[in-house]
Amino acid sequence: MKIWRTIACVVLLLMVGVSLSANWLAPDGYAKQYREAAGAPPSRQHWLGTDEIGRDRFARVLYGTRISLLLAPAAALISTLMTAFVGGLAGYLGGAWARAAMAVTDLFLSLPWLFLLITVRALMPLNVSPLVSVLVTFLLLGLLGWTGAARVLCATASSLRNSDFVRQARASGVRGPRLFWIHVLPNLKPVLYAQFWISIPAFILSEANLGILGLGVAEPLPSWGSLLKELEGLVSVGEEPWKFVPLVLLVVVVTSFQLVLSNSDEVAA
Amino acid sequence: MLGRKIARHGIAILATALIGGLLSATLVRLAPGFDADEAQLDPHLSSESIQALRQSRQEQHNIFHFYFQSLQRALKGDLGRSLSLGQPVSELLRQRVPLTLRLVALGFFLSWAAVLALALSTAWLRVAAYDGLATVMSGTLLCIPAAVLALLSVLWNVPGALAIGLIIFPRDYRYARNLLSKAHAQPHVLAARAKGLSELRILFWHVVPVVAPQLLAVAGVSVSLAVGAAIPVEALCGFAGVGQLAWQAALARDLPLLVNITVLVTLVTLLANSGADVLGSVLRGEHA
Repeated sequence: MKIWRTIACVVLLLMVGVSLSANWLAPDGYAKQYREAAGAPPSRQHWLGTDEIGRDRFARVLYGTRISLLLAPAAALISTLMTAFVGGLAGYLGGAWARAAMAVTDLFLSLPWLFLLITVRALMPLNVSPLVSVLVTFLLLGLLGWTGAARVLCATASSLRNSDFVRQARASGVRGPRLFWIHVLPNLKPVLYAQFWISIPAFILSEANLGILGLGVAEPLPSWGSLLKELEGLVSVGEEPWKFVPLVLLVVVVTSFQLVLSNSDEVAA
Repeated sequence: MLGRKIARHGIAILATALIGGLLSATLVRLAPGFDADEAQLDPHLSSESIQALRQSRQEQHNIFHFYFQSLQRALKGDLGRSLSLGQPVSELLRQRVPLTLRLVALGFFLSWAAVLALALSTAWLRVAAYDGLATVMSGTLLCIPAAVLALLSVLWNVPGALAIGLIIFPRDYRYARNLLSKAHAQPHVLAARAKGLSELRILFWHVVPVVAPQLLAVAGVSVSLAVGAAIPVEALCGFAGVGQLAWQAALARDLPLLVNITVLVTLVTLLANSGADVLGSVLRGEHA
């Protein structure tokens, strides 16, 4: 298992490295149109062919990988901070605060994830600039993806509140935010780390689902979701196999994350 | 005890519906464009009529007033009107719910048939290669976005229910397999094996009864997954169900329709979870 985990780490690093060097590997960018070669199959000039309006698919895959791979961790960070704030604080404060926070958490959890996402996404304007659409999509994932782990964190923080070392600290005069910051929060770190790493592949998959449904990153910016939307136009699987490259990359990345995380505690749903 | 549990679940569902309704009403009320009504632009209307329309909008400015009005109407079966489709929401739901229920129920049963067959055979055979193969298969399915599975089902002419089944299968399989393998390692199972009982008898007499309540709980949660999977499957496979309606409402920013669907879906998933919990209690013998 260790060898697989090492391979997965190498694959992830390689993917991040390649996506970060998109500017050098595809200097013409993701939006340049080659109108004389619209819908072209793979060639020496366009390794993965071009899309229906003549944009180089290889460049779009590189830039799309960069967006999905860099913004999913950013969304995971937001969701982890939300988890720490809502779950950690509710568990630490206890009583009515904890009950109210968990009631809100239960309300979020009782709704299927995709329903919640499209409902809240629909509240925001759809005809926004591509850059804003990227931020809205990943911000939404981060702000809505905290609920699963908040319950676990609330229970952990609640047990810490009554632990001997916290009681001793309280007896020594440490109170309020300082007690939470110095004595409780450091002990919640393992759960928060697990939440952060587990959220990344979940958010990559969610963005892909939103993109295919037309509620994700707006054109012309590429992301794995918007690139996978191209599969909608296929008549058969063997027709244009190069269109499956974003799917293969996505499966490889998510599998690598699963392998790397195979020993982590399952916190998030 | 069981009666108290059912009552507690009933109160929780009612409270969730009321709070969810309030949140939904707030979202509709605060959404951009709430005050705009294209009827006000109708040149055939007199200034008094336009004034009356504005007045009726003004009355809805208070969120709580708006919520109680919506609640009163909902109790009479009036869920409002879809902005994009121009039809009563209750009528739209009545037309589309049966198809979604059939699709979700079939997908759920297909998935659970596969989960139980694979998890039980893995636990019975205890062959590492077979277990590894099943884990790799479910792990691969777990890494494919639900919407891509829906698209592939269109390409391969696979029924939509099977796509829903494939979306929920890997999540449920992982839980079922882990529960069964943990139950297999318990002392009473080792004792039964030491007494010379066959593996099949051990599985069905000593392992399955222990994990049945937990499997039921997982099944309850997977109803929520199946309902969520209905969105991409119906939207991309062209099924005129509630999932497709929700997707169309999201694209058209038809909030009255979308929030009604959301509250309905929340109630369905809560009912499924509560049903699984109560059944689990019955299996554990907590009703005495």
